[in-house]
Amino acid sequence: MAKPMKVRARSKGEVTDVRVLMRHDMESGQRKNQDGDVIPAHYIQNVTIRHGQRVVLFAQWGPAVSKNPFLGFKFLGAVAGDRIEVTWVDNKGDSRTDETIIT
Amino acid sequence: MDSARRTFIRNAGNASVIALLAANGFLRPEHARADLWNEPAFNATSLEDALARVVDGPLVDSSEVTIVAPDIAENGAVVPVGVIAAMSGVESIAILCEKNPHPLAAVYDIPAGTLADVKTRVKMAGTSNVVVLVKAEGTFHMASREIKVTRGGCGG
Repeated sequence: MAKPMKVRARSKGEVTDVRVLMRHDMESGQRKNQDGDVIPAHYIQNVTIRHGQRVVLFAQWGPAVSKNPFLGFKFLGAVAGDRIEVTWVDNKGDSRTDETIIT
Repeated sequence: MDSARRTFIRNAGNASVIALLAANGFLRPEHARADLWNEPAFNATSLEDALARVVDGPLVDSSEVTIVAPDIAENGAVVPVGVIAAMSGVESIAILCEKNPHPLAAVYDIPAGTLADVKTRVKMAGTSNVVVLVKAEGTFHMASREIKVTRGGCGG
């Protein structure tokens, strides 16, 4: 069910700029449907970004992160051609991993 | 400190349970990480409670923390919030929206070699202070900024 992410990583000098666009409802658990029943919360709780074996960012998210989440950050120590891997896990245990090559 | 002891006990328990589940093939490594989620802090319903459950060291107001966000957000469902911290030794960055039903939105671990410069988009229930906590060398540096929201992002 999990849809692919868009992962972009660009190297500029020593810094690699990573941008990730995930596809997830990020349902807050605060909304109700037309019958007045609460729509159960469904959201990404953890995001792990690796450069090879090294974790370069680890995130904990609550339901307040927007639908189809965006994440941007920068790190040192990578060069163009290296691989970046992004994994998210949501509160129902669904997960998805996508990767890209740094340009 | 008492909280350190509790953290130790909790981590010890988690580690053994995860090891057991992983050994039995129930968990992939990604799932083990889901255990690293600060449930009490995310479940907090007031800013004070959320801060109390995130901060485990000295807390100071800081001008070295910059919150990059619009002054007015037309759509509370998608408010871009960036954080840049100028101090060295940054270990983590937390983003909270004071008026949200659950104020804590996100916590980022910043390992050595990663810059203290993260961007996310968050939902805001209405006009509110966005509070950022940057942990550096054990001290929590706090900054806050009001963002006006013309249409709330929680009711849908």
